[in-house]
Amino acid sequence: MSAEVIQVVGSGVPLLLDDIDTDRIIPARFLRCVTFDGIGQYAFEDDRQQDPSHPFNQPEYKNGKVLIAGRNFGCGSSREHAPQSLMRWGIAAIVAESFAEIFFGNCTSLGVPAVAAKRADLEKLNAAVKADPTAEVVVDLKAMTASIGDVKATIEMPASARESLTTGQWDFLAQLLSNVPAIEATADRLPYVKSFAG
Amino acid sequence: MNKNLFNKVWDNHTVGQLSSGQTQLFIGLHLIHEVTSPQAFAMLRERNLKVLHPERTFATVDHIVPTLSQARPFKDLLAEEMMSAIEKNCKDFGITLMDLNDKRQGVVHIVGPEQGLTQPGMTIACGDSHTSTHGAFGTISFGIGTSQVAYVLATQTLAMSRPKVRKVEVNGALGRGVFAKDVTLHIIRKLGVQGGVGYAYEYAGDTFARMTMEERMTVCNMSIEGGARCGYINPDQTTVQYLEGRPFVPRGRDFATAAEWWLSQASDQNAHYDDVVKFDATTIAPTVTWGITPGQAIGIDEVIPTLDSYPSDERTVVAEALAYMDLKEQQPLEGLKIDVAFIGSCTNGRISDLREAASIVNGHRVAPGVKALVVPGSQLVRQQAEQEGLDEIFKAAGFEWREAGCSMCLAMNPDKLQGREICASSSNRNFKGRQGSPTGRTLLMSPAMVAAAAIKGHATDVRNMLT
Repeated sequence: MSAEVIQVVGSGVPLLLDDIDTDRIIPARFLRCVTFDGIGQYAFEDDRQQDPSHPFNQPEYKNGKVLIAGRNFGCGSSREHAPQSLMRWGIAAIVAESFAEIFFGNCTSLGVPAVAAKRADLEKLNAAVKADPTAEVVVDLKAMTASIGDVKATIEMPASARESLTTGQWDFLAQLLSNVPAIEATADRLPYVKSFAG
Repeated sequence: MNKNLFNKVWDNHTVGQLSSGQTQLFIGLHLIHEVTSPQAFAMLRERNLKVLHPERTFATVDHIVPTLSQARPFKDLLAEEMMSAIEKNCKDFGITLMDLNDKRQGVVHIVGPEQGLTQPGMTIACGDSHTSTHGAFGTISFGIGTSQVAYVLATQTLAMSRPKVRKVEVNGALGRGVFAKDVTLHIIRKLGVQGGVGYAYEYAGDTFARMTMEERMTVCNMSIEGGARCGYINPDQTTVQYLEGRPFVPRGRDFATAAEWWLSQASDQNAHYDDVVKFDATTIAPTVTWGITPGQAIGIDEVIPTLDSYPSDERTVVAEALAYMDLKEQQPLEGLKIDVAFIGSCTNGRISDLREAASIVNGHRVAPGVKALVVPGSQLVRQQAEQEGLDEIFKAAGFEWREAGCSMCLAMNPDKLQGREICASSSNRNFKGRQGSPTGRTLLMSPAMVAAAAIKGHATDVRNMLT
C-alpha cells in the first residue's frame, strides 16, 4: 500500500505554456542513467539554459510544489524520467489544461496528481502564483479544487486515478500480483499462448 | 456482431476489474530496451520479485548504441553502464537479449515484427512511446513508463483504462512521391497533436488496405504524435503473408490455425466506433514539418501559414515555433537550406524506406556541406540492404553507412546535431532539442524527401526528381 494522496499544499510554479514535450522536461542525454537518483536537477535543463526568465530558474519558485501548466503537457516520449525529474525537483502536483496520456499514467504511478483545470482558471491561478510566489496552492482531490487564497478552481481527473491516489493504491504492483491465478487463467484462454505458440 | 478489433483484443486480455475501476490487462508480448528498463529491474530486486513470464519478454539494445565503432567498452561510460545493466538483468531474470553480437539486434519496433514476435490479436507493451508501431498487425500496442515495465515483468499485466476508438478512414490512391509518412503527417496536421488523446485509432479505408506491412508500420508508429497512445490496422492477407516463415511464427498446420484466428480478430463489418473521420488520399502532398510539434506541417508546395490563420489559443505555440526555427509566416520550405540529412528510426528505418531513398540518391551526390547518414533499423535490414547493393549507392553519393540503432532520432548516442543545424529527418519528432543539440532544428519528412534534400542541399519536392 502506498501513501494516500488527498491534498497537496505548497507554493506554485507558473508555467502556463502548451505542448511542453517530455524532451523539454528532461532532454534525452540525461536518460543515460540506471537509476532516477539525481535526475531532478536536470528538469527543463535546455529551456532553462536558453531562457533566463524560465520559472525553474527563478529563486522565488525554487521551492514550488504545484506546477501550473497548459495544454497537452508531457506529450511525446514514454520516459518516466520526465515526471521523475519533476518530482525530484520538488513538484508534487501538476495542474494543467490537459495531459498526454502516457505522461499522465506515469505521474499517477508516482503518486503525483496530474489534474485538469479550465484555461480561464489556469490563467487566474498562474497570475496568483506570479503575484505572490510564496502563497500556498492547495490541490484537493476530495473537494476537486485547486485554490490560492481567494482564487478557487474546479479540477478534474479520471475517477480511476483519483480513486488510486486518494486510497493510496497508486502503486499497482501489489494489487496486480494478488491476482496471479486469474492472470494464468487469462493466459490459458489465449490461443497464441497455448495452442499455436511459435 | 458489431465489435471492433480493439474491443475484441481488450476483452480477450481482460484479467479482471481493479478497485480503481481500471482493467487488469494481460500483456501478450513485452519488449524492453536499455533505457527504460534498469530502474524496473531495480524495483523487482528491491521487492524480491521474479519475472512472472520471462518467455514473454524480449530485450534488445537500440537507443544508446553507437553507430560507428561498437567496440566494448563504449567510449561513453554512461552508455556502457546501461549496456552492462541490461546484460546482467536479462541474464539474472532469464530474458532473451538480442544484443550487438546477435544478428537480430536493432530498433525494438523493427525487431519485433521482423522476428515475427508481433502477431495479430496480441497486446504488446514496451517502455517506448513508439510501441504503437506494432498496431500495424492488428494488435493493441502502447508505450508505458518504467514503473509499468516493472508491473509487466512481475505480473505480465497492467492497470489500464479502456480508451474510446476512432476510425480514421483514408481512401484513394497516393500520388507518385507520396508515402505512408506523408499520410501520417497529414493526419496529425489535420487532427492535431492532442487530437487522439483518450482514443485508440483504427486506420481503415482502401489506402491502408493497399499498403505493405512496412508502410502500415510507419503510419501506426506516428499515432502517438497525434496523441493516440495506440493505433492499429485490421489484419488481412497482407499481414498473414508478411508473417509466414518468420522465426517466432508458428509453422505448418499451426500456421493455418493461427492465421484463421488472426483474421477473426479484425473489426466486424458493422463495428461500432466512438468517432469516425475521413480523409482523401489523393489530396495529400509530400508533407514536411516546419515547427516544433509534428502537427506543424505543410505540403512541400505550400507556404508556412500566417499566425492569424491559427485559432487564437494556438498562436503562442506557433509564434514560439517560428522564432525557434527562425522561419517566417508565408515562407515556403522548398529551398530551405539543410545541414544534415538523417535516414533511419523506428518510423522509417526499414528496407523499403532504404530502397525508396536509394532510388532517389542513385547516380547523384550529396550537396556540398551536407552531412548525410543512413542508419538501418536493424542488423538484418542492414544486411538485406547490402545484399541489394543499396549501401554502395548511398556511399557513392556521399552518405555515411552506419550500424543499426536509434541514432539521431533522439540522439542518445554520439550522433547529434551541432548548434543551430537544420536536419531533414525521416524520424518522428521535431521537438526543440530533440536531435541532440539544444538549439538544433528538425524537418520531418519521408525518406525519399530526405534523400532529395540531401542531394539538393535544401528541402525540395521529391516529385520533381522522379524519373
